[in-house]
Amino acid sequence: MHRYFKTIRLFWSTAFASQLEYQLNFLIELLAMLGTLLGSVFILSLFFTGGRELGDWTWESALVIQGVYTFLDGLTNALLRPNLTEIVNYVREGTLDYVLLKPIDSQFWLSVKKFSFAGLPEIILGLSIVFWAAIQSGTSFSLYSLSAFIISLIIGFVILYSVWFLIAASSIWFVKTWNATEVLRALLAAGRYPISAYPVILRFIFTLVLPVAFLTTFPAEAILGELKFNILFFGLILSSLFFTFSRFFWKFALKHYTSASS
Amino acid sequence: MRIFGLSFKVIKTLLTTQYAYMLEYRIEIALWALSGVLPFIMFSLWSQNDVGNSFGLNDIGLARYFLSAFLVRQFSVVWVVFSFEEDSISGRLSPYLLQPLHPLFRYVASHLAEQATRLPFAIAIAITFFILNPSSFWLPSLPQFFLAYLSTHFAFTIAFLLQSLVAALCFWTEKSSALERLIFVPYLFLSGLLVPLSAFPSNVLKVAMITPFPYLINFPAKILSGMPVDIFDGFLAQIMWISILVPSVNILWKLGVKRYTAMGA
Repeated sequence: MHRYFKTIRLFWSTAFASQLEYQLNFLIELLAMLGTLLGSVFILSLFFTGGRELGDWTWESALVIQGVYTFLDGLTNALLRPNLTEIVNYVREGTLDYVLLKPIDSQFWLSVKKFSFAGLPEIILGLSIVFWAAIQSGTSFSLYSLSAFIISLIIGFVILYSVWFLIAASSIWFVKTWNATEVLRALLAAGRYPISAYPVILRFIFTLVLPVAFLTTFPAEAILGELKFNILFFGLILSSLFFTFSRFFWKFALKHYTSASS
Repeated sequence: MRIFGLSFKVIKTLLTTQYAYMLEYRIEIALWALSGVLPFIMFSLWSQNDVGNSFGLNDIGLARYFLSAFLVRQFSVVWVVFSFEEDSISGRLSPYLLQPLHPLFRYVASHLAEQATRLPFAIAIAITFFILNPSSFWLPSLPQFFLAYLSTHFAFTIAFLLQSLVAALCFWTEKSSALERLIFVPYLFLSGLLVPLSAFPSNVLKVAMITPFPYLINFPAKILSGMPVDIFDGFLAQIMWISILVPSVNILWKLGVKRYTAMGA
């Protein structure tokens, strides 16, 4: 276990050093993030014109969802995207061989190798919005709501990671289909809005098939103190299923890995 | 006969080779087509929450608008900056620069070829949409279709030129695709992909209309879906943007080529 922490520290400190070379990049990401947030809040505000509500969510509580989305988007940009979109390159160039030879778990290596520090401001801003909007909507935090929030964020992230990893791992067979991650990103954008705002069929799909509800709506409900315990429990089971499946799928995929250009 | 200084033979060769190349990646292109589902997600939200009335659209109008927005986006998507960055970093650009053909034409051809490959997938998605929302079915009249077709091509041209402007910055920095995000973000919110622009408050609308973005989705989609739209003004704005962007790209490109260092060669 200690070895894994040490590896992460080494990975991320080299990532930090190499990214210092692209400081302008950091500024661009920051601008793009602020623009995206401004635009999303503006679009969200259009739903509330004329004193309407969005699927029983008030303006402030819908902002909590935007905050959770921004937080997870930051994590995606910092950790998931830089690492998991690389897998296809390892497969295509045959360099996955070297990863597999290393005396460390290959899924771990592939998932944490890089860390994009440009995602950090988004993570911090996302959390700030969550707490600011929760206070604005008149929530008083309790030990239950805070711990449920943290647990549901972990659940959300584990599901998000597993789905990303599943798609990335499928590149072992279909080298050129990494843009399935683009389909995923488009679908995950549905998480910007409360799940109850969708038609029934989509609500069902976004809860059980592609569990977008667990990514944003349920953590937001948790911090607002409205999340029922059984949903949290179900989320724990669902996320462990997703994670186990991603591990199982990776082992399975490796059996079919034939290496390239060797 | 020459078009943009290219002989017919060159155009034909470029298009057929690029089309053959694109056919190899049908699944990839199908996935790209699918990744444009955002207008449908937004449609389900707007119609479920009865917001359409507040900007003068009933459910059928909303459905038609968002399907049109999806289709316009399918045929005006641009990715030249990503190809160009890859070619520039890997040094593949050097032989292209030696040829008596402006390298941007090669990218234009591959975009057009990709659009042709996309067509069946886009039609399949449109048919699925009509099966799920049968009441929204419509066929645009022939002149409507023609005008929408033309304005979508203009939209593609504007988007392509905008991104080429960013791509030309590859000559100065190796990470110009990051700059593309600064175009994509305003495009996402101001083009009408997420909501028809008629929903905007008037002051935001005024700001949006001085950017090129509303002419990339909102204008062609309105024509295609049969919404009332000032056709003359729209085309005038599209042509104006094209005539501003063509010389800008040209100048930036010429300045950039002088700095080209043939990375990776």
